[in-house]
Amino acid sequence: MTAELVRGQNHPLPQARLEIRVSAGQPVVAGATLVDEHGTVRGTEWVAHPGAHQLPGLEVSRQAAADHRLAVDLGALPEAAHRVNVLLALPTAVGFPARFGAVAAPFVAVTGLDGDEVATFTLTGLDAESAVVALELYRRQDAWKVRAVGQGYAGGLAELLADQGLAQAGELAAAIQDAVGRGLARSVAPPPPRTADGDRARQTARQGAAAQDGVRGSLTGAGTPAQPAPVPQPETPQPQTPPDGPIDYSHPRRRKQPAAAATPSPQPPAPPTQPSRPEPPEPGQPPRPVAGDASGWSMEERLYNQVWGMFEDLARTAAAYRSAVDFAESRMEQELDKVLSDPRSRIGGTGDAARQAARAKRDALVEQARAVLDRDLAQLVAESEVVEPALPPAFARWDNPAWHAYKVPMEIPMALRIGDLHLPERPDLHIPLLVRLPLERGLWIDAGRTGSEAAMMMDTDQLRRVAMDTAVAHAARLLGAYPAGEFTVHVIDPAGAASAALAPLVKSGVLASPPAVGAQGVTEVLARLTERVDLVQMAIRAGASDALPPHLDTAEQLLIVNDFPHGFDDRAVTQLRYLADEGPSVGVHLMMVADREDANAYGPVLDPLWRSLLRLTPVPDAHLADPWVGHAWTYEPLLAPPGSQVLWNVLSQVAAARRAFGR
Amino acid sequence: MTVNMTKGQAISLQKSDGGTLTAVRMGLGWQAAPRRGLFGSRTREVDLDASAVLFADKQPVDVVFFRHLVSDDGSVKHTGDNLVGGAGQGGDDEAILVDLQRVPVHIDQIVFTVNSFTGQTFQEVQNAFCRIVDETNGQELARYTLDGGGQYTAQIMAKVSRAGAGWQMTALGNPANGRTFQDLMPSILPHL
Repeated sequence: MTAELVRGQNHPLPQARLEIRVSAGQPVVAGATLVDEHGTVRGTEWVAHPGAHQLPGLEVSRQAAADHRLAVDLGALPEAAHRVNVLLALPTAVGFPARFGAVAAPFVAVTGLDGDEVATFTLTGLDAESAVVALELYRRQDAWKVRAVGQGYAGGLAELLADQGLAQAGELAAAIQDAVGRGLARSVAPPPPRTADGDRARQTARQGAAAQDGVRGSLTGAGTPAQPAPVPQPETPQPQTPPDGPIDYSHPRRRKQPAAAATPSPQPPAPPTQPSRPEPPEPGQPPRPVAGDASGWSMEERLYNQVWGMFEDLARTAAAYRSAVDFAESRMEQELDKVLSDPRSRIGGTGDAARQAARAKRDALVEQARAVLDRDLAQLVAESEVVEPALPPAFARWDNPAWHAYKVPMEIPMALRIGDLHLPERPDLHIPLLVRLPLERGLWIDAGRTGSEAAMMMDTDQLRRVAMDTAVAHAARLLGAYPAGEFTVHVIDPAGAASAALAPLVKSGVLASPPAVGAQGVTEVLARLTERVDLVQMAIRAGASDALPPHLDTAEQLLIVNDFPHGFDDRAVTQLRYLADEGPSVGVHLMMVADREDANAYGPVLDPLWRSLLRLTPVPDAHLADPWVGHAWTYEPLLAPPGSQVLWNVLSQVAAARRAFGR
Repeated sequence: MTVNMTKGQAISLQKSDGGTLTAVRMGLGWQAAPRRGLFGSRTREVDLDASAVLFADKQPVDVVFFRHLVSDDGSVKHTGDNLVGGAGQGGDDEAILVDLQRVPVHIDQIVFTVNSFTGQTFQEVQNAFCRIVDETNGQELARYTLDGGGQYTAQIMAKVSRAGAGWQMTALGNPANGRTFQDLMPSILPHL
């Protein structure tokens, strides 16, 4: 069975008399050097090459060729020789490639005299080298082994020989090349590069090498004088140009990271740190994060995918850490139990020592896990630091300068940030919670005190106020994200309890109508929206969207409901449920600001309503689960910084645009 | 550059330049063997499934298979279920990607198994192989051929285990019987 060696791997040699076959797509010089136990070639008489092709126990070809057979008799070598290096070199004569990177990867095989392969090695990954030590046969405790080496030398034979301690390296290299040059005058044309033969594995290796060539080719460009023009020789056909790897389909001038400025979208300001091409990382260092480093057709989509990628990475990193810590704890428990149940441990200090050892083992593993977690978190924090400033307003926090430069957008963004998520392992690493627009579910701002610890700390009125502020901030975000006239907000505030919180919406004039009060107001707004849902559904089912009455507002609708179920009768509750179920598909969304306990009187009838809404909290609360591992993530709502005018600013621009639009 | 592995052989997953590997792919490919006799050209579809079981100190911690495609920590990913195998030859029909750097610190062994979900024995499978590929450059590091298929429906292919700071791979090639990895657990444990 043949051992296909990888670089550095060795294999025992079963017999002393061997043949070494070399196949390369191009004529190469094959030679061998003998090396003593100090790793030096004692003199030119220890080098077998085309000019001196026979040594005791060693015979090489007399000329450069694409295929060689070297004969080796390990038993006949001089006693002092501990190693045989098999080397390949490219002829320096005109018309031959000057670097192994330009030829197909040479393949060497050690065979017995019967032709059975003992070991094979494909020399992949060569580039500028023009001479290479392919294999070494070496003595190890009176047995001989072969090792795949593949050490190349850009300086050619002279450098290779000098590296083996030969004093006359330069002269010998010249003599070898001279002999080769003379031999070449008699040579026949090289065979075309091998393609279809060989087993699958070998082809794979070759393809790998070719792929590397392709990469290099695209980096160095076509201008490198790697291959001198072949000299026309009348009697021999010209050597075929070796294939330069697979076709590179990427556009030669296309940059890997199209700059944000290239996309004519109004919102994303060019991030400050965006090199046109990611710089190669320092060896051993993770690559520096870049904003927009994800797939997508536009900068916005790339950032969206990147944020979700960070979300998943953080979830999984934390999962790895937690699982390691859990394992460490349970292993320690088991070991402590074992110590406890072992009667011998009760005498003397063995029990204590075992207990300490168990704890130390736990600590060591936890520390290791923590180190990995810290490494990953540092990477994510660095990524977050470049991504946050690059986010367009819809993805950004209120304190992001993008909101100060806010302009009413011309098109709907693909997603909207409705909060931040973090894990207890790293509370300052916030992952934006992005939801796709248009909303697929309604929102429920939980004003209940029993929902979370932070809410328990506040009294009811305070919490209701914060909940309403949060709802207004969400509504402002939605209004700001949509182009003028494509988003309408209705408010039901039956008792007028939230007028202070609603002031930004009311005073800036972005509401379609003032907040509805009283049972009558509730009924009226619900009836209007229900009618809209019915009409649009009918029109869609009939495929007659142009038949809608002209007064119908085709914009997306958001209904903010405060103080539910105050002012609601049974009919209104049914209508509300209808809106929650049927609304999202026709652009009518609910935002409930409610305490579930207030609606207890309705019993389980309302459970489907709550379940259909995305629950958000006005205070930080760990209630959201990620889709991959199911960690509990702490959600934090987005609120404008205290004293900031950003909300007013945005709302007044939206209002102005709405007036200009004619609504 | 490939090592054709034999049963029980272990190789160190080091790069040829001495660096450690960061990501490897465990590829599995197979074809249904053609049946002889009447309608002999008709092949029955064979569904082989590749699974990876992550062990911490001989305790199974996580499993990546066709119903759980990504390990919770994200380090091991299954590229998806293939129900029929390769129509032709060559490529991987199912693959499991392992990001060795991201494998949690307590995981010390990952065992790769192959099960015949449709119940055919490996006699009815031909050209089946499993190979390990350096995912960063596509180079095949080791290949193990499931030849000499016998009357069994599963095989414990290989394990990747921590060795010092790096990883090593051991070809196991142990026949077993079972439809999914759960049935194999008793056969896996002796190899840990």
